Amino acid sequence: MSTHTVTLTVNGQEHTAQVESRLLLTHLIRDVLRLTGTHFGCDTTNCGACTVLLDGAAVKSCTLFAVQANGKSITTVEGMAQNGGLHPLQAAFREHHGLQCGFCTPGMLLSALDFLKKNPDPTEEEIRWGISGNLCRCTGYLSIVKAIKAAAKEMAAGGK
Amino acid sequence: MIPSAFEYYAPGSVAEAIALLKTHGDEAKILSGGHSLIPLMKLRFASPAVIIDINGIPGLDYVKEEGGFLKIGALAREASLESSPVVQQKFPLIADVVKVIADPQVRNRATVAGNLAHGDPANDHPAVMLALGAEVELTGPGGSRTLPVSEFFVDLLETALTPEEVLTEIRVPVPPAGSGGAYYKIERKVGDFATIAVGSQVTLDSGGRVTAAGIGLTNAATTPIKATDAEAYLVGKSLDDATLEEAGRLAMAMSDPSSDSRAPAAYKKAMVKELTIRTLKRAAERARGGQA
Repeated sequence: MSTHTVTLTVNGQEHTAQVESRLLLTHLIRDVLRLTGTHFGCDTTNCGACTVLLDGAAVKSCTLFAVQANGKSITTVEGMAQNGGLHPLQAAFREHHGLQCGFCTPGMLLSALDFLKKNPDPTEEEIRWGISGNLCRCTGYLSIVKAIKAAAKEMAAGGK
Repeated sequence: MIPSAFEYYAPGSVAEAIALLKTHGDEAKILSGGHSLIPLMKLRFASPAVIIDINGIPGLDYVKEEGGFLKIGALAREASLESSPVVQQKFPLIADVVKVIADPQVRNRATVAGNLAHGDPANDHPAVMLALGAEVELTGPGGSRTLPVSEFFVDLLETALTPEEVLTEIRVPVPPAGSGGAYYKIERKVGDFATIAVGSQVTLDSGGRVTAAGIGLTNAATTPIKATDAEAYLVGKSLDDATLEEAGRLAMAMSDPSSDSRAPAAYKKAMVKELTIRTLKRAAERARGGQA
């Protein structure tokens, strides 16, 4: 029982894979499914670069085993844009310079997505607490906070 | 970092989980939130041969008020405390602590029960549950037993759980009217373990005298500490400056922190005293009906 068949839905598409029980979810996503938008940073549950949504909740995919995602639904950054158009969060990050090197961006976007679902009209301080599980070494966070604030307005207006 | 290989089981009921524990004994570890266990396995500080993942067991993720208790099921995530109206209204101490545990993603996975069952004095819930006089339900092959949290922590990373038991429920008595609590944590950065933290809970009578007090210390010794000397001293007293000072001193005297990369022991001891005073003040404000 150290190898398992897992079936999971990633960005709306069902995948089945044979995995060793110790395989981390992040490695299943990146190395098996080849969805390399999910970045792999600190490997110690700190940086948040590997954040994905697991049944809608933001989690650090370096701290789950792939087998734990059996029967679950996962959203990665590749699943954010719809019908060829950027998600409002992605558009706001572009507009407000919410990224420089881009390494933290996928995780930052998915944390922000979960956060705005729980708190659609946040203050700046709430946004800062909301992304406290994601490290950015370029921006100093100012532009990220601005982008999330702008996206919140856009999403409220668009009913998303 | 890749953990050692292990056998993985995902039982569908507590009974099945316990049967697996019975078969595999201390070779096996229960996986709930996994945010203490998986990092330890990745670092190979822990290499259990068998992992029993209880996340698929239905009906264990509750946070509810029932029979005079706040009941927290084995799979209740930290995040569910943040969104629980009863916690936010009646347990300001728990509402305080959950905000300073790790970060949002971790709180989406990590469980309250796991925070206790790991037996780490650096975790935040042990001190809080000691201050609140909580009890835990431990379920094993012969049924369930209930233990006060004050008897749960045995040594560093060691609890009263036997290898065949699962921590199935935490029960926190609902504080009477005139109660308040507060938690202060000194941490180097958001999401870090506490350098030192203190949780205090008080109940005041109409004259402002303490009728009950609970004080728990985080990362102040090899086990979470219930500052019983300070608690006993406070009963019957008004919380004036001299009383607070003495309570702080008594709590400090029960702490036994060691120097590490976070701070020297002398600083930690001084902060036990200071945070005891601050949390008691804040708890009393809340007990008097100030901002919860």
